[in-house]
Amino acid sequence: MNTEAIIDLLYKIADDQLIIGHRNSEWTGLGPILEEDIAFSSMAQDKIGQSLVLYRMLNDLGESDPDTIAFMRNADQFHCCQFVELPIGEFDFSIIRQFLFDTSEIIRFEMLSSSAYEPLALASKKFKGEIKYHIMHANIFMKQLGNATEESVKRLQDALETAMPYALGIFETSEYEDAMMDEGIFAGEATLRNKWTERIEEVISNTALKLPDIGNIEPKTGGRYGKHTAHLQPLLDEMAEVLRIDPGADW
Amino acid sequence: MYGGGNLFEPMSKDALKEEDPVKLSEFEARIERGEKIEPADWMPQMYRRQLIRMIEQHAHSEIIGALPEGTWITRAPGFKRKLALMAKVQDEVGHAQLLYSAAETLGKSREAMINDLINGKSKYSNVFNYPAFTWADCCFISWLVDAGAIVNQMANAKGSYGPYCRALARITIEEAFHLKYGHHCVIHLATGTPTQRKMMQEAINRWWKPMLQFFGPPDRISAHTEVLMKWKVKMLSNDGCRQQWLDMYVPKIWELGLTLPDDKLRQNPDTGKWEYTEPDWDEFKKVINGDGPCNKERLAVRRTAEERGRWVREALRKPKSEYVVPLA
Repeated sequence: MNTEAIIDLLYKIADDQLIIGHRNSEWTGLGPILEEDIAFSSMAQDKIGQSLVLYRMLNDLGESDPDTIAFMRNADQFHCCQFVELPIGEFDFSIIRQFLFDTSEIIRFEMLSSSAYEPLALASKKFKGEIKYHIMHANIFMKQLGNATEESVKRLQDALETAMPYALGIFETSEYEDAMMDEGIFAGEATLRNKWTERIEEVISNTALKLPDIGNIEPKTGGRYGKHTAHLQPLLDEMAEVLRIDPGADW
Repeated sequence: MYGGGNLFEPMSKDALKEEDPVKLSEFEARIERGEKIEPADWMPQMYRRQLIRMIEQHAHSEIIGALPEGTWITRAPGFKRKLALMAKVQDEVGHAQLLYSAAETLGKSREAMINDLINGKSKYSNVFNYPAFTWADCCFISWLVDAGAIVNQMANAKGSYGPYCRALARITIEEAFHLKYGHHCVIHLATGTPTQRKMMQEAINRWWKPMLQFFGPPDRISAHTEVLMKWKVKMLSNDGCRQQWLDMYVPKIWELGLTLPDDKLRQNPDTGKWEYTEPDWDEFKKVINGDGPCNKERLAVRRTAEERGRWVREALRKPKSEYVVPLA
């Protein structure tokens, strides 16, 4: 099996999970209602836990240990999409991002559940069971806030427009798309994007929101190849702040 | 987390004059027999007011307490610590949720309680007005402040008000895990590299006095709380909590090779009581009344969160649904 392709695939998913999890955790103590502090923390714990599983898989393929990979790389060595690294902003942006990103994520893990790379297939089956609840959370909020007050609808619409170019960057293709499809590792970003478009259309059609014209939006890409926004490096510096005080120490 | 030192409403001798003496004596007899008082039961107005005040202070302490530790979630060193700290702080917010519900059964809404927190009318545990400068401060809180909270909460879980006791029973189980997590972190720092040991010792030096103050002023200068003790609102005196904590944790701190910044600290071999240099209680009063190192910052964060989240709460409100007081 094409190990290089698998490593590339694992890195981008693991980095996505770690960084979105880190961002979600920033809502702890600041949510609009206590229940949302708790919900975002739960989702963050799931996502960071999932990233750990994937980094362990990478470790089995000869990469460094999870703490080193996750905490000690610089931004240009990260393969997450730019969408996940953007700051949490207001709750409108965070909930729109959660909806758009998590919908892509659950479809990705549904697809990977039948991957020819068995460790990933097994993990994906478990992950999609966890993310099911994240999707329920996102969809309930889309339906509720997307149909409620004038302010909430406007806020969500604005956030949707801001988020969409970055959301489309999730599906930036890798150089291994064909190889992965040939070997049955992953059915590819293009298929994922098509399924994703159908699902978000369906949820948005039950709200007062309008889906931006996706076909005419230039995706914000580069993340999968180590090109990131100015937000990622400070996030990583903060994440490694304590570890770097004494890198050889056991914390 | 909450360590006692509750600020109760001063009670005059006339406080119970308006109450029906027959009902009052039945009520007190029930408590004496160890029965729990439930939301729909008869209770003196003063019992209701003091309980709201106490549970509310406890709930506020949980959400404000999430702030000093919460800032370390994004900096926790390594996966194990990061995942554990996230879960730990999430528990604290969950405790606030349980406690606000318990207080709501007495007739004050969560919104009204949070408003009183933001406008400075109701208090929260003083210890959270001090900053968590380093990772070691965060570990100190998880182990030793949580330990202090457990002392108080275990006692109060045997109190008289059903919904509060049930919330506390659940909370103390979760806090027991926090304690294990915090202890584990402190052990690693205390037995680690010279840099780590230094960090831990400095954190202990910083937190020693606020920690002693966590349990509230000494009994000899506290407001008289005999009635509250009789009603099983307050289960253990401030000094009682403090002594229990000293008894359990001073030896554990020393065992790790750490020192405590008090030359007078010792256990009196005759009485078994711990003796220590009295912390500055005037400073405690000053801090509790708003003039501590982090009061303004803590409330500002809470206020901003409330303001930024207002549109969400308004959008979630269903105009046709009616508010129902929970019977937690």
